[in-house]
Amino acid sequence: MDKYINLFIDSLWPLFKAGLLFAVPLTLISFALGLALALLTALVRLSNIKPLVWMARFYVWVIRGTPLLVQLFIIFYGLPSLGITIGAFPAAIIGFSLSVGAYNSEVIRAAIQSIPQGQWEAADSLGMTRAQILRRIILPQAARVSVPPLSNSFISLVKDTSLAATITVTEMFQRAQQIAASTYEHMLIYCEVALVYLFFSTILSAAQVRVEKYFERYVVR
Amino acid sequence: MIEIRNVQKSFGSLSVLKDISLQVKKGEAVVIIGPSGSGKTTLLRCLNLLEQPTNGSIRIGDAKLHFHEGQSIKRQFLMELRLHTGMVFQSHHLFPHMTAQQNVMEGLVTVQRRTKAEARTTALKLLHKVGLSDKADSYPYQLSGGQQQRVGIARALAMGPDVLLFDEPTSALDPEIVGEVLKVMAELKQEGMTMVVVTHEMQFARSISDRVVFMDQGVVVEEGKPEQIFDHPEQERTKQFLNRLNWL
Repeated sequence: MDKYINLFIDSLWPLFKAGLLFAVPLTLISFALGLALALLTALVRLSNIKPLVWMARFYVWVIRGTPLLVQLFIIFYGLPSLGITIGAFPAAIIGFSLSVGAYNSEVIRAAIQSIPQGQWEAADSLGMTRAQILRRIILPQAARVSVPPLSNSFISLVKDTSLAATITVTEMFQRAQQIAASTYEHMLIYCEVALVYLFFSTILSAAQVRVEKYFERYVVR
Repeated sequence: MIEIRNVQKSFGSLSVLKDISLQVKKGEAVVIIGPSGSGKTTLLRCLNLLEQPTNGSIRIGDAKLHFHEGQSIKRQFLMELRLHTGMVFQSHHLFPHMTAQQNVMEGLVTVQRRTKAEARTTALKLLHKVGLSDKADSYPYQLSGGQQQRVGIARALAMGPDVLLFDEPTSALDPEIVGEVLKVMAELKQEGMTMVVVTHEMQFARSISDRVVFMDQGVVVEEGKPEQIFDHPEQERTKQFLNRLNWL
């Protein structure tokens, strides 16, 4: 029994450190970039510029319709044959951001469309420009509606960062594989890494409650 | 002040306004009455260009626009005309994520580029005018229907319009709080505000208006002084309408 406890304690820090170095930054950076991409895609889809709308739809269609694992392999292993070589970490960032952007563009588009037409008209009647109306009136309200679905996507992303192991990023899951391979304690190590993922996703998603509170200050409870 | 000439509006093949001409003088309160679907709200929305007329022309103050079928007008010109008007909506359309004061400040800060301090002062003055000094920091959901509508009036007034447009401002309110909104409107009239009001409040229409316009099926059927329209309507359709409201 002591053997297992010691192994558990000894491998805890390497796993935790890999989480801090890879899972957390991969999640935060990809989510931030992905959200910006999602907003841009949503706005493009709501515009009336046909070629741009088609491009946005094509992007969402391809990314949602293919496995993230395959996308990561194309970016990291495939692109070099076209002369584009990207490091493992940036390749992971690109893959995750594209994925977050595609899924959440639909969330943001739906949120924007859920804001009543009267809000546009009231702002219009004050003489505000389209950009002003979006920024000052529509997006702040759409943001509130988007928080719960965006949080879902955020937590998924924390766990999806484990896929980066497959493109040589020595993140948490790859560390777990290494430890398991050298100790043959698969059950223990994989349960342990699951716990560490659970820890990080719990901490990171605790922010959701705060964000929701902030947006609900003007809503009847 | 306002001159509407031969305005037509169609939605597809549905003709909602058929050749409307109307004038409103400075300081005048004109009330538009008529059955649902008569086009009165559409006419009001044409005045601040939330709807663009299909044909005809609209002049407000020194801004004038001609409309021709199938021809779109630059947003910049629409804005010029629109800035002469202030709109009060049936269901207020306050911005729910802003306090009463921020609602009134919004146009001043983003459109007129006033400083926050300046806008705040103006907003407080206007909220005082509509009797809501103590509600400046309340969010719309914390206000009653009548209070929300009065904030809506203050928001429209903030832009310093030449004419205020009211689209059934009391239709969504409980009968007992209709009075507080009508009182504010009567005060504005006293101060010489030019107003165009679409309403179903006949008593109020009669007491506040200089002129009443009766519309039905997209045309102006009859217009005149309130006593004339309410007591001695000439047209059969006007009589029918007022009869149905138990007025005659």
